[in-house]
Amino acid sequence: MAYGDFVIQRDLSFCVKSGEVFIIMGDSGSGKSSLLRHMIGLQRPTRGRICYGNTSFWDLDEAERRRFSNRFGVLYQSGALWSSMTLAENVGMPLKEHTDYPAREIAELVSFKLALVGLAGFEGYYPSEISGGMRKRAGLARAMSLDPDILFFDEPSAGLDPISSKRLDDLILELRDSLGTTVVVVTHELASIFAIADNAVFVDAETRTQTALGDPKMLRDHPPSPKIGEFLARGGTESTIGGKP
Amino acid sequence: MSREPGNRPSARFESVGPDNGLLKIALIDDWSAPWHEENSNTLNALQDLLLNLDSNPVADKVERIEIDGTGLTAWDSRCLVGIVAAAKQLGNKGIAIDLDGLPAGMLRLIRLSRAVPARGDERSGSSAQSILTLIGLSAIKFWHGIGETNRFLGQALRSLGRFVRGRARFQRADIIEFIEVTGPLALPIVGIINVLLGVILAFMGAVQLRQFGAQIYVADLVALGQTREIAPMMTGIVMAGRTGAAYAAQLGTMQVNEEIDALKTFGFSPMDFLVLPRMLALAIMFPLLVLYADALGIFGGYLVGVSVLELSTTEYIEQTRNAIDFGDIALGLVKGSIFGVLVAATGCMHGMQSGRSASAVGDATTRAVVSGIIAIIFMTGVFAVFTNLVQI
Repeated sequence: MAYGDFVIQRDLSFCVKSGEVFIIMGDSGSGKSSLLRHMIGLQRPTRGRICYGNTSFWDLDEAERRRFSNRFGVLYQSGALWSSMTLAENVGMPLKEHTDYPAREIAELVSFKLALVGLAGFEGYYPSEISGGMRKRAGLARAMSLDPDILFFDEPSAGLDPISSKRLDDLILELRDSLGTTVVVVTHELASIFAIADNAVFVDAETRTQTALGDPKMLRDHPPSPKIGEFLARGGTESTIGGKP
Repeated sequence: MSREPGNRPSARFESVGPDNGLLKIALIDDWSAPWHEENSNTLNALQDLLLNLDSNPVADKVERIEIDGTGLTAWDSRCLVGIVAAAKQLGNKGIAIDLDGLPAGMLRLIRLSRAVPARGDERSGSSAQSILTLIGLSAIKFWHGIGETNRFLGQALRSLGRFVRGRARFQRADIIEFIEVTGPLALPIVGIINVLLGVILAFMGAVQLRQFGAQIYVADLVALGQTREIAPMMTGIVMAGRTGAAYAAQLGTMQVNEEIDALKTFGFSPMDFLVLPRMLALAIMFPLLVLYADALGIFGGYLVGVSVLELSTTEYIEQTRNAIDFGDIALGLVKGSIFGVLVAATGCMHGMQSGRSASAVGDATTRAVVSGIIAIIFMTGVFAVFTNLVQI
């Protein structure tokens, strides 16, 4: 992956198994979010392939790729709700575009999705009228609108208080368990990493490549390199974190 | 602890030596307070001493310096940075400087600042580039700009094609809203500007035409000038500042909020969804605004005609009707449609290309207005030459 001549990460190779919660972690500036942008089709990798099942995503033409990406749901860092629309319109928009459900049914689905994330009754609100945490949850409702196979989260707990971020983690696990959704999360929040991850990749800003792959708890107990040990143990103050229920 | 001036003695230092190549410097008293004017002088004096050791006439060769901070009562970052910078330069000259005598807090900060090495390939705070580099860079940027513009125009055309075939996806309500904002809500400013321009045009003409007793031709001047040139151009400039800027700021902010990314991942084309309705709204409303501007400009001229030039109402109206024909008005409307698309395109393009920060949105807005106005003036010139050539 590169911006112009500036290479951010090279030689990345990992597999996400269906139905697992996969974490992309790394220090600031390591290109976690860029990696996510490549995976969801916003940025073409300079070299290499991204495959979903047997489909090489970036080898599809634009229309196919767009159709394919209906199987993704993405929760952006700030929620990225469309500011000129109400929450109901935000969540209903993808449904209106990609399905031929009647309007009444769409409205019911929208209310249901909003209720799932604890925003029942907020259908008529505009994104600017609700708090940051609510915007994030509404963004999740929109990400789930098409019942995607894969949900991508860009720093879900950034800017949330510990309780809301715990709730979001629980919600992620709940969705995975009940819908069988595969979840890919970009984060460096240790508490969430240990709480939800099945598998993780560590991308490193200095060496510009992945330096570890595996279950974060295993990585913490047997770090393949000192830096990862330090990262997962918050620079050495190991006692208080990790192993959350 | 009071930090008011005069409570504590200001900074001093004493130097002993050089003795066998060893220079000892003791920092004494309060080095923290920036309000002590002497503190600046002391720090400068210390740096002078450290950096000009070779030119110091009394000095025999200094090989080592020890700094002793036991007499320090207080210090701040400025003092620390001054000493560290001097130490670095001395190090380059091969003179060892021993900072271990500084207070423990200072030493910790120095160690902390050196803990993570600076990244070699990253940009540092300031980078001075030679004029040639700057010219080259801006030429490359200009070249890329042309490519980006072409790509945007191509995408906009394809989007228009999808619209014509009824395949473009956007919200119909958006178009109505944009039409309202670019049309009716723009009437006051477009109106005021064009009435005043009609008045100005009439006065300009009146001064000359009166000399020949031909003040009746003020009506011709205003009517022709307004419909063919002034109304489209000034409406264009007003709309570039009003609507072009708004478009750029809206789209730029959506870029910052990742709203445009979100559209893409849900399979919407931002071109269809955001740019197309804006361009359509302006393309539809702009000719109407020009028509309105024509009328108000002529009204401005009429005011001057009847009040200053003592022409009668019927005279003025009759003269105006004879002066312009449908072709003049149509020319203004054609120009108006083109300017509408230009304003919308520059606004949307710079908004879509905006970076992801507050200042980038500001830049995008500025560029939208500037390039919109330049495009309009340029096209006005092209039209003037063209209509002259084919005698329209």
